[in-house]
Order: sequence, then C-alpha cells, then structure tokens
Amino acid sequence: MATIDNQFDTNELVINMGPQHPSTHGVLRVVLRLDGERVIGCDVVIGYLHRGIEKLCESRDWTQIVLLTDRMDYVAAATNNVGYCQTVEKLMSIEVPRRARYLRTVMCELQRIASHCLWLGTHAMDIGAMTVFLYAFRERELILDLFEEYCGARLTYNSMRIGGLPLDIPPGWDKKVLAFCDIMQTKLTEYEELLTHNRIWLERTKGIGVIPAEEAIAIGLSGPALRGSGVKRDIRKDEPYAAYDEVEFDVPTGKACDTYDRYLVRIEEFRQSLRIIRQAIEGLPEGPIVGKVPRLIKPPAGETYHAIESPKGEIGYFIVADGKSTSPYRFRVRPPSFCNLQALPRLIKGHLVADVVALIGSIDIVLGEVDRGSTRSSFPS
Amino acid sequence: MLVAVTFMVLLERKVIAWVQVRLGPMRVGPYGVLQPIADVVKLMTKEDITPVRADKIVFTAAPMIALIPALIVFAVIPFGPVVSIFGREVALYITDINVGLLYIVSVASIGVYGIILAGWASNSKYPLLASLRASAQLISYEVAVTMTLVSMIVSAGTMSMIGIVNAQYQQGVWYLFAQPVAFFIYFVGGLAETNRAPFDLPEAEQELTGGFHTEYSGMRFALFFLAEYANMIVVSSVATTLFLGGWLRPFPNIEALSFLGIIPGWIWFLLKTFIWLYIFLWVRATLPRYRYDQLMRLGWKVLIPLAIANVIITATVKVLV
Repeated sequence: MATIDNQFDTNELVINMGPQHPSTHGVLRVVLRLDGERVIGCDVVIGYLHRGIEKLCESRDWTQIVLLTDRMDYVAAATNNVGYCQTVEKLMSIEVPRRARYLRTVMCELQRIASHCLWLGTHAMDIGAMTVFLYAFRERELILDLFEEYCGARLTYNSMRIGGLPLDIPPGWDKKVLAFCDIMQTKLTEYEELLTHNRIWLERTKGIGVIPAEEAIAIGLSGPALRGSGVKRDIRKDEPYAAYDEVEFDVPTGKACDTYDRYLVRIEEFRQSLRIIRQAIEGLPEGPIVGKVPRLIKPPAGETYHAIESPKGEIGYFIVADGKSTSPYRFRVRPPSFCNLQALPRLIKGHLVADVVALIGSIDIVLGEVDRGSTRSSFPS
Repeated sequence: MLVAVTFMVLLERKVIAWVQVRLGPMRVGPYGVLQPIADVVKLMTKEDITPVRADKIVFTAAPMIALIPALIVFAVIPFGPVVSIFGREVALYITDINVGLLYIVSVASIGVYGIILAGWASNSKYPLLASLRASAQLISYEVAVTMTLVSMIVSAGTMSMIGIVNAQYQQGVWYLFAQPVAFFIYFVGGLAETNRAPFDLPEAEQELTGGFHTEYSGMRFALFFLAEYANMIVVSSVATTLFLGGWLRPFPNIEALSFLGIIPGWIWFLLKTFIWLYIFLWVRATLPRYRYDQLMRLGWKVLIPLAIANVIITATVKVLV
C-alpha cells in the first residue's frame, strides 16, 4: 500500500469556489476540501466586498447614513432604511405618524417580495431550473417599477427619513400596488407548478442541509432559515414595529429543517406579504408623513439596539450617541446574511459539490451585507 | 450538417427564450436568423488559449475526438429511401451496412473520450471533476441505451437502419407504440448521453463553472459546442429511425391516409427529428438538474433493470408469437 500512496496523491482535493464563481451570489469564496465529490470540510472566506460601511457611518451625519444603509443589503434597501430610521427614532423618542408607519409596512413587504423573487430565481437557477429565474425577475421588475415611481430609484432607494418618509405616495400608486398583488398571486402558482412538486426539485432539496432547531438557534440563524427549522420567531410578530400589530398575518414554519422546508417557508411568506400589503393599503390612514423632528438631528447621549425582520432575517442596529456630535459615536449592524452564513460550513459538511450551491442559495445571503464592516475574514469549519 | 448544428444553437436560444418570455437573438438579420454566422465568425477569430500546464497534444486532440464521431455516425442514418430524382436513382443515405446499429453505438461512444481527455488534459480541478462525472455518467447510461437497442434488434430482426424502418413498415406500427418502455429508456438515456438537462452534470455551469470545457476558448471550445449539438441531432435522428418509423408517413399501411404520401419521406424524417430536438430544448427549459449520485441511482437501479427486463420480454414475445 505504501508504494501506491507514494505514486498517487491520495490527499483530499482542495478547490476554490469563488470569489469569481457563477453561483456564490457575489464575491463569496468557499474553499472546499473534497473527497471525490463529497465535501469533507470548507472554509468560508469573506471580505471581498468590504467597504467599511460601519466606520463610514461614524463620520456622516444622521440623515446621510440612510443612504449608506441602502448599500448593505442592496436587494432589500428599503428594509435597511426602515431599520436604521426606527433605531434613531427610538434613540430620540420620535413619534412616527400612523400613515408613515403604514407606508413603511407596505414598502417593507414589497421589498420582501422583491428580495424573495431574487432568492427564488437564483436558488432555482443554481439547481438548474433556469426558467424560474426569468419568471421571478419578471415580477421583481414590477416591484422595482413601483419603487421607481415612488422615489425615483430602482435599487438603492434612500426611501426613508428619520421620523417618517421623504415623500407621500404619488396619486394612484396604491391602486397599482393592489393590482400588483393580484398579478403576483397568480404568478406564485406558476412558480410552484414548476418546482414544488417537481420530482427532481424534491430530490435535490429534501434532506439536504438539515439543521435542527436548537443548533439553528445556537448558530444564530434568523429569518426564513430559522423558521425553516421550525422555530416560530418573527420580529414582526414578536416585537411589532411599523404597522405590523395592526394587520393580520401568519408566520409559516417548516418541520423537516431542510432546504425544501426553507423553500416552502419563503414561498408561503410571499403569500403572507401579499396579505399584509393588501390590508395596509386598504386601511391606509390619512395624515402627515413626517413626525415632529428637530431641524438638527442630535440624539441625546445613550445607546440602543433595535432589530427588524428583513427578508433574510433579523437586521439589527446598535447605535451609540454621545449627545454632542451630529454623527454616531459607534455604529454597528447585526446583519442576517453574516450570521446565517456561519451555518454554511455546518450545513454543507458531508454533502456533494452540487449541494453546496443549493445550500448557499438556501440561506439567502447578500455579500454587501456580509461585508458591511466585519473584522473577521473567515469562518473556519 | 455543420450548418444544421449551428442553426440548432439558434433554435435552442430562440425556443428557450420563448419559454422564458424573452425574445432571444434579434440583432443579426431578421429575427436573428444570421446569428449562427456571427457566432462562428466570433469563435474563429477568438484567441485560442492553451493553458501552460495543460497536456498540449491531448488538449488539442480532445475536441476533435469529441466532434468527429458525432459527424461520422450520420453515414448510416437514412433520411429517406431510394428515390428517383429526374430519372436517376438516388439513395437518401450514405451507406447501408448490415450492422448499422452496432456501428452507431460503437462510434458514438468514442465521443466520450473527447470529454474525458479534455478534462484530464486541462490539468485543472473543475474540468477534472467534470470529466470524472462525464465518464461515469456516459458509461452507465450507455449500458441502458444499448440494452434497449438490443430489444429493437429483436423486434426488427435486423441491425440495418434501413431494415429497421422497413420492418416497421411491414409490421404496420411505429416502434414507439410497440415498444413504449424501450422508447422511454432511450429518451432518458439519450438525454444523459448527450449531456443535456436534466443530466447536464459534466458541464453544470452553476457547480463546475462550465465543466470540462472551462479551459477551452475560441474554435476548440466551438468544437465541443458543435459536438454537443451534433450529438443531439444524432440521438434525435436515431430515435426517429428506430421509434418513429424514419421516413415513413404516419400510419403507413392505412390507405385512407395515402394523401399524406405527397410529402416526401425526407421531409417527414426532418419533421420528426425536429420534434425530438424541440423536446430536448423543452426539457432543458423546464427541469432542474439531477445530482451526481441521484443520476447514477436512476441509471443503475431503474433504467438498466428495466432495459434488461424489456429485452427478455421482447424476446419471449418474439419466440411465442
């Protein structure tokens, strides 16, 4: 045997997946150690999209930061805006008018649908179903159009202000949102026809990347990835913000803790989001869109943490204000993608190369958010 | 033939675009019909890169090994019977050898070497993984496909491609209806052998970044590309000959439908082949991709036993009837 070992390299095969790879959803690098096609270990290397956003925020004034939060989770910019603005409002005890809270709810849910569309498209594409990708992007386009009509931007909206909204909705916008809800409802059936009962899809996702609830909580998973493991945790329900306490919706959870259940949870979230949007638009109150905000925003000295439910999980802002300067003393973000990515080495261990891309898709990361200002550069397995 | 292949690429892009509510190529010529010419010119003028650490000879030979078998298989595929054009007898096939089917199986399987060698010679990790996948996949599916061909030979009593079409004429039934199981296995196996979705593991773009042709560029890449499409056409035309009665019109023995006979045989042949090709594209646009182990399981645990059972049943029926 010794001679054979000398002749052939029987070590594990190490391959670099990324940072330039079609399905690592951006500049993620995964160093895989393979035994044949089986993954025996991996290192997740991040930091390729590091722009020091947290540090940058500490040298901008409070209103300018809204714009920077756009650049973190750039597929769900409005949610980031809301999260930040609410944190500052909490810090300054500003009352947000009811109309603004309703509109924030609508925007957050539209954003959730857009983000889930992108997730569904890329996730299905990774597993080889390329048509779903274009179908999902077709609907995402409609949402981007709605946002464009509201604030002029299609990706980085800068659509919130501390204390409310920068603009009221254009006339007729609410009707368009309702029309979109009807379209989306029918298109969802279309996606499900292509995937939910497709045998290949089932075989590719069932039993892949199982993570039991206790472990999911220990790792710090949040959002659909956590709910897929059966934990009924949704900040919209548990610590309601905006107008979530005034609308009815369910929190879907999975049972099998695998990729398929995470898929089902997100598909159901599409439906719940539509339900929330319909209720919020129909019950949209009249009134001002900005609360009583001082001309110069200078929160009193203190610190606060506030989290909201982004499409990917819990996005939290920890802000320290010293009460003297017009920019935060310390600005820190708890991004869902970063924390969820920690589960990746655990999830892909023992699976095949083909499952790696399915699992990266299944935890739904955005690298802009992962690299928002971290100091660690890799997760060892 | 090569022209057919290049237009096949256009057809694929168009069909998939329509499925995906897009337009597909529109710029070159009306509705993009001249796109293949532009593609060929582009690929020919691209820089031809050979990686420094590649095995140069094998690296160069691999694309040729992949393409040539796919082209020479056409020698035995009958596009039509012997017809007279302006009083001259012209056979619409190149040759009719009495072991036609055997010839196809043996020549077509040489093409696999192209992929294996390409992956090996590239001296790169992703292509290597892809070529390992390709060899395992193609070998296991070839067993199933060849077993179905055996049952076709038993049914027709001949290995000549012309003979098989004539047998379908005499028995008055397309083998699609007489041998549905064989048809199914051949179809699935055909998808796998041509590396098409949902069995396109060796080139799985999302996993292996293009698979065995990752390191190839320019015309050498084009040869692989051509080989893939040529193989699709081969599989489709063999399927047409075996299961859809080749150049025969539908229901060849029913006199009432003899008006269909005014359409020449080769048009029927092409029509049927195109239906096959369309199904290939349709499947690709719809289905996700299998995983490696699932693919092997399907091949060895489902298709091969089914194929063997089919041979036994066919032979028994043949002896008894």
